[in-house]
Amino acid sequence: MEQPTGRRRFLKSSVGAIGVAAVPAASVPASVSAAEPHAHGGSARAAKYMFFSAAEVAFVDAAVARLIPADELGPGAKEAGVTYFIDQQLFGGWGTMAKMYRQGPYAEGTPQQGYQSPLTPQEIFRVAIREINQHLGKPFEKLAAKEQDEVLKNLEEGKLALESVPSRFFFNLLLEGTIDGFFADPIYGGNRDKVGWKLVGFPGVAAVYTTLVDKHGVPYNAEPVSIADMLEGRVAADEHGHPKHVTITRKD
Amino acid sequence: MATRLKPVDVAVVGVGLTGTILAKELAEAGLKVVGLERGRWRDTDPDFGMPYAHDELRFVKRHELMQDLSRETVTFRNNANETALPMRQLGSFRPGEGVGGAAVHWGAVTWRFLPWDFETRSRTLARYGKDQIAADCTSQDWGVTYDELERYFDRFEYLYGISGKAGNLKGKIIPGGNPFEGPRSRDYANPPLKTTYAGSLFKQAVEKMGYKPFPTPTGALSRQYTNEYGATINACVYCGYCQFHACEMGAKASPQTAVLPNLMKQKNFELRTHANVTKVNLDSSKKRAVGVTYVDSRGREFEQPAELVLLTSYVLNNVRLMLMSGIGQPYDPAANTGVVGRNYAYQTPSSVTLFFEDKVFNQFMAAGGLGMTIDEFNGDNFDHSGLGFIGGGGMSAATTGSRPIEVRPVPRGTPRWGAEWKGAVAKYFNRSFGIAVQGACQSYRGNYLDLDPTYRDFWGLPLLRMTFDRHENEHKMSTWITNKAAEIAKTIGPSKMNVNPRTEKYTIVPYQSTHNTGGAVMGADPATSAVNKYLQSWDVPNVFVVGASAFPQNGGYNPTGTVGALTFYALDAIKTRYLKRPGALI
Repeated sequence: MEQPTGRRRFLKSSVGAIGVAAVPAASVPASVSAAEPHAHGGSARAAKYMFFSAAEVAFVDAAVARLIPADELGPGAKEAGVTYFIDQQLFGGWGTMAKMYRQGPYAEGTPQQGYQSPLTPQEIFRVAIREINQHLGKPFEKLAAKEQDEVLKNLEEGKLALESVPSRFFFNLLLEGTIDGFFADPIYGGNRDKVGWKLVGFPGVAAVYTTLVDKHGVPYNAEPVSIADMLEGRVAADEHGHPKHVTITRKD
Repeated sequence: MATRLKPVDVAVVGVGLTGTILAKELAEAGLKVVGLERGRWRDTDPDFGMPYAHDELRFVKRHELMQDLSRETVTFRNNANETALPMRQLGSFRPGEGVGGAAVHWGAVTWRFLPWDFETRSRTLARYGKDQIAADCTSQDWGVTYDELERYFDRFEYLYGISGKAGNLKGKIIPGGNPFEGPRSRDYANPPLKTTYAGSLFKQAVEKMGYKPFPTPTGALSRQYTNEYGATINACVYCGYCQFHACEMGAKASPQTAVLPNLMKQKNFELRTHANVTKVNLDSSKKRAVGVTYVDSRGREFEQPAELVLLTSYVLNNVRLMLMSGIGQPYDPAANTGVVGRNYAYQTPSSVTLFFEDKVFNQFMAAGGLGMTIDEFNGDNFDHSGLGFIGGGGMSAATTGSRPIEVRPVPRGTPRWGAEWKGAVAKYFNRSFGIAVQGACQSYRGNYLDLDPTYRDFWGLPLLRMTFDRHENEHKMSTWITNKAAEIAKTIGPSKMNVNPRTEKYTIVPYQSTHNTGGAVMGADPATSAVNKYLQSWDVPNVFVVGASAFPQNGGYNPTGTVGALTFYALDAIKTRYLKRPGALI
């Protein structure tokens, strides 16, 4: 995991107050205390969740594993730590709409008018997961993969009606978070081992490409470089801070 | 209670692309200039440093360099029958915030609009007659011609060190450049960037079809360059984190790289950041500005008296400040009277994506504005008889940075998720590229900006309300040009292609373009323009409103080059005429 201990400690000490304030009491599952960070494993290697409960981790792990499955091409979203990425994003500025306009009055509006929910992404994840599981009569992760796909499809098409938020709206947030987490720099906790970048052949932090940009049609197979690789000196840099990429053999 | 400050000669509201140039020039001319910027100070160090500069999530998805909507946004509706609702998160467009404005994260493409663009209505009437223009279309002439602006385009291109290839030198057509551009007095400041694989395939195909491709002109510099202000801009290294990002190399022309090093040394200039101007104050006659009111980061209100007020913020805020200050008559779409908020327009982007089985493109090796363009389908460069629309768009094979969160095309019909989606992303991320059309957008009676009756900003002031949709003219144009792009794509020979004309209802959700225009448009007639050809308010002559807010409609190009030319044009009028005899220039 790429998280400095100092920052971790700060987040841990502040989670109680923020967590309680941001989540309506009624939507906190009785079995989980919101006052403690959830230090259970889930998919992510020793991931320390800040927002999701154990039950929510199980739901999101199962869902993202269907959205970007592990297969012969490589690991999927679950293995990439996407659940942990979403957890961190929900706990931070995005999940609490820090840079979004939040004043009322609220109305559903037209599709062309975009995000109009009075709920934050954080609140939407909490309430939607609960309502979906209630609707299913059992936890989503207990369904067979094929049934899970069916549920996700129904959410996507708005066929599974939720009480608090249009199901399509939740689905799109989940899918966006999954793709973001699969391809974002690993410093955010997803894209573990750069599996998203390796899948598509993206080199991450860019080198100087001046002499390469006009080598037409020549594959560029470089070991992807992350921000942490640079910060921790694992990759050599030029005077402007661009990494020197190392070529690898790619089989495809 | 506002604290009244010591008077200055000039208050510059917004310290971005236009504000930095005007402030520098007027301070150097001996005037006391204050720059009021509502955002923060930003510079290469520490804001755009490596390795953080190469973080797609932070800059593209979390909008590090863009407007914080929790403080202020716009409300939006497609037409006046709907209730406008706030744009709660950034989508369709991404305005900047802080010193340098949107010119920090811009894509650096730098065009001159066509001579035709400045005379859209009169030339259309002359060539096709009035039936060619929709009855509710309010597109008009600019009140200034290309020839009048030529030397100011030149000045801006040399200030920003634009890389490109001339196609028309003083009337002589130059092979390898754009034969449709207006005559230019000299070549670009710097040679074009290199050509990528996508660009070369596009070039070969269009040449075979008889078109004249040329390198897209850009402010991502092909070599190190020192401009007339003594600022040195570095050579681009094609890192591919350009648009929506800031340049860690100082190789993208911007206020930070081209103007601020000089401006910040000007003794007559003072920059105040976190200074949010809420109003231009007028005297009792309402015909003269006496200064501006702003709120600072501690919530203190100040009154800054000034002899001359320059509104130089983004399009939307320029218009909002005019409306909040009572400068000019607000536009009334029902009566079709008034001028402020009139002729809001946008862009009509469309594309064709080409997918290959056996070719790799490395589109992540990229630069802002890197690409090849043809202009055969722009402006009035082709015969519009019988087509049922006016205008057009530039068409480019652009290599501006494939970063996988946002750019991971898959063939149409691919599911949005699951194993099949994953397989398609893996296969085509590096085996695809796009041909993009920068479609124009005409202005209409029903598209306008005004103050929202319900929603307020952070300070309790009304938000700007945007009422906008593209019209049949734009849909027809987009379909026709995108089909032309598809013919070119076919010639290149992809295994699959997605043809994406822009024909649906305008939506504020997915990103399209930060090319908002109009609302304080220029013109020869005060009944249909808010500012004269020098960007001077008809109603309050010591206020100039500078930016794409002055475009009466939008052309088939990125707007920045034309904004730069208008800035120098207005500056010249201010320096040589207005300052000698303050008052209406026309």
